[in-house]
Amino acid sequence: MITISDVTARLARGEVTSQKLTEQCLAKIQDLNPKLNAFITVTGDEALAQARQADKEIADGRRIGPLHGIPISLKDLIDQKGIATTAASLVRKDHMATDDAVVTQRLREAGAVFVGKTNLHEFAFGTTSEDSGFGPVRNPHDPSRSPGGSSGGSAAAIASGMSLGSVGTDTGGSIRIPAAACGIVGLKPEWGHISASGVVPLSRQLDHVGPLAASVADAWLLYNAMQPNSEQIGDALDAMPLKGMRLGKLSGYFFDRLDADVERSVLETIERLQKRGAKVVDVSVPHAGDMAAIYLHLVFGDAAEYHGRTLVTRPQDYTPPVRLRLEMAGYVLAEDYIRALRGKDLIAREVDRALDGVDALVLPALAIPAPPFGAVTMPVKGGPDAVRTLMLRCSQPFNLSGHPAISLPCGRSRDGLPIGLQLVGHKGRTPALVQAALAVEAVLAS
Amino acid sequence: MTIAEWLAAAKADAEKRGLPELIPMLEGLAQATERLRAADWNDNPDKDTPRDHDQ
Repeated sequence: MITISDVTARLARGEVTSQKLTEQCLAKIQDLNPKLNAFITVTGDEALAQARQADKEIADGRRIGPLHGIPISLKDLIDQKGIATTAASLVRKDHMATDDAVVTQRLREAGAVFVGKTNLHEFAFGTTSEDSGFGPVRNPHDPSRSPGGSSGGSAAAIASGMSLGSVGTDTGGSIRIPAAACGIVGLKPEWGHISASGVVPLSRQLDHVGPLAASVADAWLLYNAMQPNSEQIGDALDAMPLKGMRLGKLSGYFFDRLDADVERSVLETIERLQKRGAKVVDVSVPHAGDMAAIYLHLVFGDAAEYHGRTLVTRPQDYTPPVRLRLEMAGYVLAEDYIRALRGKDLIAREVDRALDGVDALVLPALAIPAPPFGAVTMPVKGGPDAVRTLMLRCSQPFNLSGHPAISLPCGRSRDGLPIGLQLVGHKGRTPALVQAALAVEAVLAS
Repeated sequence: MTIAEWLAAAKADAEKRGLPELIPMLEGLAQATERLRAADWNDNPDKDTPRDHDQ
């Protein structure tokens, strides 16, 4: 995969133009999108106009920002002025964004070129990206399989070279799950650090906006540009030294129900890190087993509130599986929602305690490799389990707790499917998490 | 409302609305709700007075 970091240097040296890069991405979209269905809207003319403008500015010695001339995509629940934001649903097919989302505006100010809006699981309410009003997204590594979700189009676009970076959202794992399933990097920032204004919500208290990218350095570059100017640190970070890095391996629940190849790859990676000087200790989150119940009640309650009116007025415009889940969401009682809110606070405290004395937590990003379309269950240690439950299992805890978390590729299954490793950092220390991820990425590349 | 009472009412409502496919999903939600209500962080009037975890 081409990285933004590499291309930025080549753009500055005049070895490549933004127009050429953008044309390459648009050619890939034309070639591959009929098969992968990663994009709902392609903004080719606008992108090429932006790219030509960027080339003029670069030739004049004017650097607008760290993403100047870089072709990226937006998950189609993020507003881009003058373009439909469909959220992959026919419910919003007539929508037109009147303004940019805050995150779109920041990326525009950083010089990004927008090539299009990517497909997703309808309203981000699913993990496979197969239920979309615009048809399923397919995994570039095996089109008979899901790319993960809900930001499946964003991950498929990067893995296949249709855009060099993308912006997704993550309510239970929707950045990290597709990143793991497609073999790329996905960063879920700390809750509230990137504005979700102008982004279609699933659950406002669990939604996180963040980057998907080809490398950890690229994910940082995008993340940094998404922050307010006053909070931007710099375009590049140094890797944390592995010698002396302290990692907390989350035991119990987080390794109980894994695909055999995922378990092997993650454990081998941890062993490699130990051999290179990292100190690894076992840590736990005592109420981990309650997390699915907490998550379910919160997401259902919030989704029922947002979709209440349109479920009555235009139920036929939802895909049947998403409509059914939203109908079920309406049955959650207020008293149980409150119990879940209290459980969420407890999980956040327990994750803080697990992080006490370590630089980051380490665990799988996704319990299984990309599942085949239509699969209801997948085999894992301890017997088959529901696909949706398995896909959320390792990622949703950190939506409840709000801690920053990153998924990066750590090998392949016997079928050649990507596997993702997850690192979780301290609140208020996202740069340190990314520095740890840079170190891990370097070991895996060696 | 007990979970059994809630589930019976929800199933009847789903049938009335012509959504029988919801019934197995509601049974799954009921199991998650049982787990939530049984969790040890819940306060009850006949247990200790609730305390703030940050103090």
